[in-house]
Amino acid sequence: MNKKWVVLSTVAAVVVVFIAAGVIFKDGFRQEVTQALQTNSDALVRAHAPIFGNPAAKVTIVEFFDPSCETCRAFYPVVKGIVNASFGQVRLVVRYAPLHKGSDKAVKILEAARLQGKYWEALEKTMAFQPQWAGHDNPQPELIWKLIADIGLDVAKAKSDANSPAIDQLLRQDVADMGALKVDRTPGFFVNGTPLRDFGEAQLKALVDQEIKKLKAP
Amino acid sequence: MPTEHPPDQLGGHRVQRLWALLFLAWLVALLATAGALFLGEVMGMTPCVLCWYQRIGMFPLAVILGVGVFWADARCIRYALPLAWAGWGVAVYHCLIFWGLVAEGLVPCGKGSSCADADLQVAGFVPIPLLSLIAFTGIVALLWFAERRTKT
Repeated sequence: MNKKWVVLSTVAAVVVVFIAAGVIFKDGFRQEVTQALQTNSDALVRAHAPIFGNPAAKVTIVEFFDPSCETCRAFYPVVKGIVNASFGQVRLVVRYAPLHKGSDKAVKILEAARLQGKYWEALEKTMAFQPQWAGHDNPQPELIWKLIADIGLDVAKAKSDANSPAIDQLLRQDVADMGALKVDRTPGFFVNGTPLRDFGEAQLKALVDQEIKKLKAP
Repeated sequence: MPTEHPPDQLGGHRVQRLWALLFLAWLVALLATAGALFLGEVMGMTPCVLCWYQRIGMFPLAVILGVGVFWADARCIRYALPLAWAGWGVAVYHCLIFWGLVAEGLVPCGKGSSCADADLQVAGFVPIPLLSLIAFTGIVALLWFAERRTKT
């Protein structure tokens, strides 16, 4: 009988510790994020960030985005769909979170394309061919130049722009803001300043819908 | 104690040691299971394909060894060891990939996270595949010692 009680109480102890640790972890993380948002509210949207959708939209999705991240790739059509289906009520602000090796290079290429008004075309291709250039053990962001060859870029100019201090500065600012806002994984979503707490496609849509409803309420 | 003892259940000091070894092996499996669930469900890390195979080895160990120590039934060793060895093998392979000794291209990492991702770390520096390898090694070793005690 003694042994059985040892076994049962061990199970009970592990379950209790698990639940307690879970509550403490989630609570601590939420507090950290809330506090970071309060002290760094200006870090969320910067004037230099690319915007998809109606720039004057009342609902803003901020996405901390990593071009090498598979989940960002999976969310790309989802977020685009949300913006496109919103009749101009929702816009997407793209911030960079280059968490993987080679991501910084990819961001610089995208930003160079943006200077020539080809940002979304370049992003589309970069996402579509992510498996080719963004292997985490051997990223080859230079391949992106080949992949976007047909979107009509002045490649020589773009290549020199990609190494410019202005783009480097933009990326540094995004990385600094990412740190300030405690974004440690991508994609990191904020909708009108509220972080997406439970990650997921449905949860993101729900959070956006909630903000749209607030607009309609008097 | 009632008379419906399994054949391997005996009294005595030697069997107490055997039970203690089984209990320790179970404790390792239980903590590893709780840890894996914590990382996945609470901290929100997506298990990669290889992590799943290790979970397939580890989660049933928590149950099989748990039932074994509850009934003080050493026969659970023979059901637990194949799972422990299988999980150990996958953990070794995963560690090799994590440290770049084997190319990740060999692994069918489809949807979900990469098995070689540097994010697979606890507290910033302990790789999860290494924790898994330590746990499986511990279980295999404890079960091996326990099995020897059943024979002599």
